[in-house]
Amino acid sequence: MANISKRDRTREKRSELAAKNRRELIAAGFKRRDLLKMGLLTSAGMLIPKSGLSARPLTSAGFVYDDTPQSRPTTPFVEEMPRLVEKPFFTSAASLTGPPPQVTPNTAAGESRTINHQILTGQPPQKYYEIHQKAFQAKSHPEFSQPSTLWGYDGIFPGPLFRAYYGEPMLVRHWNDLPPDGQNGGFGLNSTTTHLHNGHTPQESDGHPCFFNDRTHFYDHHYPNVLAGFQSTHPTLNAAGIPGDLKESMHTLWYHDHRFDYTSQNVYKGMAGMFNLFHKNGQYDGGDENSGFRLPSYPNFDVNMVFNDAVYDAQTDQLAFDLFNLDGILGDKMQVNGKVQPVFHVSPRRYRFRWLNMGPSRFYQFSILDPTNNTTKQIWQMSTDGNFLARPVKVDGVRISVAERTDVIVDFTGLAGKTFYIENRLEQTDGRGPTGKVLNPGQGTKVLKIVVDQPAVADNSVNFDTALASLPAGQPYFYGFPDTTTPIRVTRTFKFERNNGQWAVNGKFPNCLEPPRFAIKLNTAEKWIFQNNSGGWQHPIHMHFEEFQTLKINGQPPAVSGIVQAGRKDVLRLEHNMQAEVYFRFRDFKGLLPLHCHNVVHEDHAMMVLLEINDNGDLNPNP
Amino acid sequence: MKNISRRNVMALLGAAPFVAAVAARAESPKPAPRAEDVTSRDRIREKHFPNVQLVTHEGKKVRFYDDLVKDKVVVINFMYAKCEGICPGITTNLVKVQRILGGRVGKDIFMYSLSLKPEQDTPEALAEYARMHKVGPGWQYLTGAPADLELLRRSLGFTDPDPLVDADKSNHIGNVRYGNEPLQRWAACPGMSKPEMIVESIGWLLPQGSRPSAKGEGK
Repeated sequence: MANISKRDRTREKRSELAAKNRRELIAAGFKRRDLLKMGLLTSAGMLIPKSGLSARPLTSAGFVYDDTPQSRPTTPFVEEMPRLVEKPFFTSAASLTGPPPQVTPNTAAGESRTINHQILTGQPPQKYYEIHQKAFQAKSHPEFSQPSTLWGYDGIFPGPLFRAYYGEPMLVRHWNDLPPDGQNGGFGLNSTTTHLHNGHTPQESDGHPCFFNDRTHFYDHHYPNVLAGFQSTHPTLNAAGIPGDLKESMHTLWYHDHRFDYTSQNVYKGMAGMFNLFHKNGQYDGGDENSGFRLPSYPNFDVNMVFNDAVYDAQTDQLAFDLFNLDGILGDKMQVNGKVQPVFHVSPRRYRFRWLNMGPSRFYQFSILDPTNNTTKQIWQMSTDGNFLARPVKVDGVRISVAERTDVIVDFTGLAGKTFYIENRLEQTDGRGPTGKVLNPGQGTKVLKIVVDQPAVADNSVNFDTALASLPAGQPYFYGFPDTTTPIRVTRTFKFERNNGQWAVNGKFPNCLEPPRFAIKLNTAEKWIFQNNSGGWQHPIHMHFEEFQTLKINGQPPAVSGIVQAGRKDVLRLEHNMQAEVYFRFRDFKGLLPLHCHNVVHEDHAMMVLLEINDNGDLNPNP
Repeated sequence: MKNISRRNVMALLGAAPFVAAVAARAESPKPAPRAEDVTSRDRIREKHFPNVQLVTHEGKKVRFYDDLVKDKVVVINFMYAKCEGICPGITTNLVKVQRILGGRVGKDIFMYSLSLKPEQDTPEALAEYARMHKVGPGWQYLTGAPADLELLRRSLGFTDPDPLVDADKSNHIGNVRYGNEPLQRWAACPGMSKPEMIVESIGWLLPQGSRPSAKGEGK
């Protein structure tokens, strides 16, 4: 079955033996009641996972508690991959439900925010958006007997797609219309906080894990959509006509719940969406293939894909969450834009795909598989976490851990009539992290089927094969990286650890009630060292607010490849025993921010540091 | 009818009598519910709260789900009396949590510590441990048959994915799991988090207006 990752041989044998025993039991005519009485069935009706009845091995204690739900098998590639729905905006605040946005929190009117907007008057919104967080029914595969109850932005999953522009401040009002207490279907908390990952956003709008938006209340998020440096290092207008460092441009962001203790539950339940950030007037990454970087035009050929892996209870086909898991949750249903293994039809031309791994815990390595001969079709990787490389690189595949984004160009020119698959070839058998083995093409899990059967259309997008050949040596195609010449004020080391199941950073845990663990001086640079001391676990480490540049991985500058950690990122994929050094500048806004592991199960238990940017900073090297 | 007799089935069971014993101790027999009748709350109960019999440190016999968890707000951790590793620190921490929660512990917020070494931890041993750590009233320490405590440990997620580490009790999981059973609200945090933060997290289990203050309830 294409939807279950390959098992090893021993497990196969055990599986066969178990199936044989089960068949014998059934053939013997034992009724369910008999099996229950004999202790072979749990009251949930599942055969107890003992040796001889289950594929799963017994532990040394002689008993395996193993009631991890496994979804029913489903036929892959039967449903169309949905395109994300673009969120419409208002031009007037008067169109919003509730009072007009204001600098101070409007507590009396039900606003959940507790801190003043830093720059609402300085960067007045040109667009207003209203989102209602609510429960809704959705079926991710037609063969499921019933839909699941999800929670999502505007009652859809993935949430609506924002189309935003640098130099165009906006305000998003989130109403929490989630169900009352006791109606969460077993997981999820109806108190939320929405984080735009990874906007250069003032803290009060950033979605801090300790700032909540409760039911029947609203929270206004002011996104100035400014380039880093705009009121510090690069205050004068740049070539795009706006202040800030152009090389700090980002393009592919996402937003999701970030509620302390409950992030994994809420995000898994559907609270995630994407955010495309363009430059205006067709400049640079302007959304128009006829100008700027000439990347495939939005929306027709610029396609967002949200990947998540989920489990559905085999009895009820309801979305099931592994509630007491501390290590990382793996789903057995691979979804793209909310549908299990869908199919996407394309024209024979170039496409831009914006790939997001929504989690909760799985790492992917995607390649484009040609099934006729099990070879990979090379693609152009353009960016890491929504930040362009200096030039795109031609790669066989890209590795994406939770919260990472990768933008690629896939060229279907001349391939009308062919079928391809996005295949995940990174072997992973539990939530701790991938095994490290990259499976051969055709041996992985096919996540999306792509059929090149749409009409031929004009393609005026850049062809990197020729464009790069004619570029002078050393000249970037995109912006190039921001300089790292600002002297490092302090070097800090962060050890990501597991202490008896407790996820810690430098041996400590986050606390909403205490002052921040350390302080960064506004408009300075720091070097951070991330160390993975947790043994068998891997951690996608994420810092809010700023992008970093990777200086070293295990003592060496990182190579640029499909497994790239080089360049600008906001998620550092901390693999086994890895040590990474990254360079940050922290500019423009003061306030409280978190640094945390983005395996959301680790995040909740509680692999996070709460810090702040202030006027003075400190020099603590091991906060 | 194929040739599998009850004898063969018992042989299957006999191959792992531990499992049979475990299964026999689980939910008292009743007809299996139809899928459509089973709520999400039932599913959580079936998966995570076997109704095993335990004994408190005061010698009282209780059923795990029926008496300790059903309809309650609970705070659960695992320890053992002779633990020299993380237990003393976590217990001291949780004692501070209990002080902040004041008279609510045992009244509308229930704290339970379950033994990882029930074969050693008699009710008396647990009572001595509690006394030594100045555990206040309303917080129950629990022991019972080893098979039952092991089932609970696994059902509540206090396991390590590595079987060797998992078998080493001195290296046990140090998290505290808390939940509001009727609201189906469950989370966990490190046992060594600051007590005020643990109280805050417990507070989020409750409706607004009935949350404990991290500064203390008094009483």
